[in-house]
Amino acid sequence: MSEELLAEPGWLSEEVKTGTTIIAVTFDGGVVLGSDSRVSAGESVVNRVMNKLSPLHDKIYCALSGSAADAQTIAEIVNYQLDVHSIEVEDDPLVCSAATLVKNISYKYKEELSAHLIVAGWDRKEGGQVYATLSGLLTKQPFAIGGSGSFYINGFVDAEFRKNMTKKETQEFVVNALALAMGRDGSSGGVAYVVTIDKDGTEEKCILGNELPKFFDQ
Amino acid sequence: MAATAAALQFSAQVSSLNNYNDLHPDWTQREVSTGTTIMAVEFDGGVVMGADSRTTTGSYIANRVTDKLTPIHDRIFCCRSGSAADTQAIADAVTYQLGFHSIELDEAPLVQTAASLFRDMCYRYREELMAGIIVAGWDQRRGGQVYTVPVGGMLTRQPVSVGGSGSSYIYGYVDSNYRTGMNKEECLKFTAGALTLAMERDGSSGGVVRMAIITEKGVERQVILGNQLPQFSTV
Repeated sequence: MSEELLAEPGWLSEEVKTGTTIIAVTFDGGVVLGSDSRVSAGESVVNRVMNKLSPLHDKIYCALSGSAADAQTIAEIVNYQLDVHSIEVEDDPLVCSAATLVKNISYKYKEELSAHLIVAGWDRKEGGQVYATLSGLLTKQPFAIGGSGSFYINGFVDAEFRKNMTKKETQEFVVNALALAMGRDGSSGGVAYVVTIDKDGTEEKCILGNELPKFFDQ
Repeated sequence: MAATAAALQFSAQVSSLNNYNDLHPDWTQREVSTGTTIMAVEFDGGVVMGADSRTTTGSYIANRVTDKLTPIHDRIFCCRSGSAADTQAIADAVTYQLGFHSIELDEAPLVQTAASLFRDMCYRYREELMAGIIVAGWDQRRGGQVYTVPVGGMLTRQPVSVGGSGSSYIYGYVDSNYRTGMNKEECLKFTAGALTLAMERDGSSGGVVRMAIITEKGVERQVILGNQLPQFSTV
């Protein structure tokens, strides 16, 4: 082990990562996306209020995890590509199209990038959909979780998810999952951002740390 | 010159990322490990302990019906995770020490004593060992107790404790579903549910669910076979 004469703070040399917990769930009539708000560089939290739910179009959002720079760049590029595409077809884009665009970038540059985006939204053709695009695969799922904090809630979401929940039940499910993950994962924390998308529009909400549900804590 | 000499020393552990050799199957080169999910819960009057049953050597499942709940004394058991050899050796040593101590005292040993003996060994030899152990049982003084001795040799008492590679996946489930004051049946359901969820997600955990219920009356062993495990909607 080499000795460091000048102890350099981790955040000068470590890449900025969105440690993270992200989740997206379909319900009867739309989707709910949720994320924490912590961005870490080594042990230091460089942003404690970052919104990791990024709009790709009016009714399509994506949740960012992994390297902050990679994820943001993919989201911006796909946002542009979707705008062009929706002008060409003279209609709102499908969620499937957005997910495919994200997948194309993730797969083509899979050696250079390390970001995992969950794409979710509502369109007229298929209603609410959630797509996972981990390292370049594309799969449609009833719900998806991602980020370092997601490992701790695998059991919870497996046990508690039911198809066709109401909008309110789904929002509660997402907030509970985020609160549990933020309680166990050192790289997730801060506030919880929740975005609900259905045929009537998009609603963004922020739940502060002290308003999050509390669970058994030992 | 001394610095150069030191720099030439190679690390004893070579990276095993590409040790794939067609002539020798993976399991001849890997250590036997109880991949595992283990769990113990206190209730008023005793404890419920549970574990999966898979022991792996690399990707080969060496034993698919392992019993990871090991008796240490009449009403004290331990759940073992980590290296199978290390944990078996530690458990044997502690069983001997505790048996001797109990004869000297001329009464049943305390669960805390058993846990301390595990901790002493796991901390003293922490560099050589790879063992995560949950000690649980019943004694006259404090009733049902669960103590956890994770890798590194810390000792702490908790009302509910999970361990092993599969435990990461069920922290959320355990945090949200555990309530103080559950009775024996609720604890059994809680443990079986948690272990099932972990076994579905963790490649190193699987097989059957073995449980042990320890109370003043004694020890009751249960097995839940693969097809009798609780079903969850997405799993």
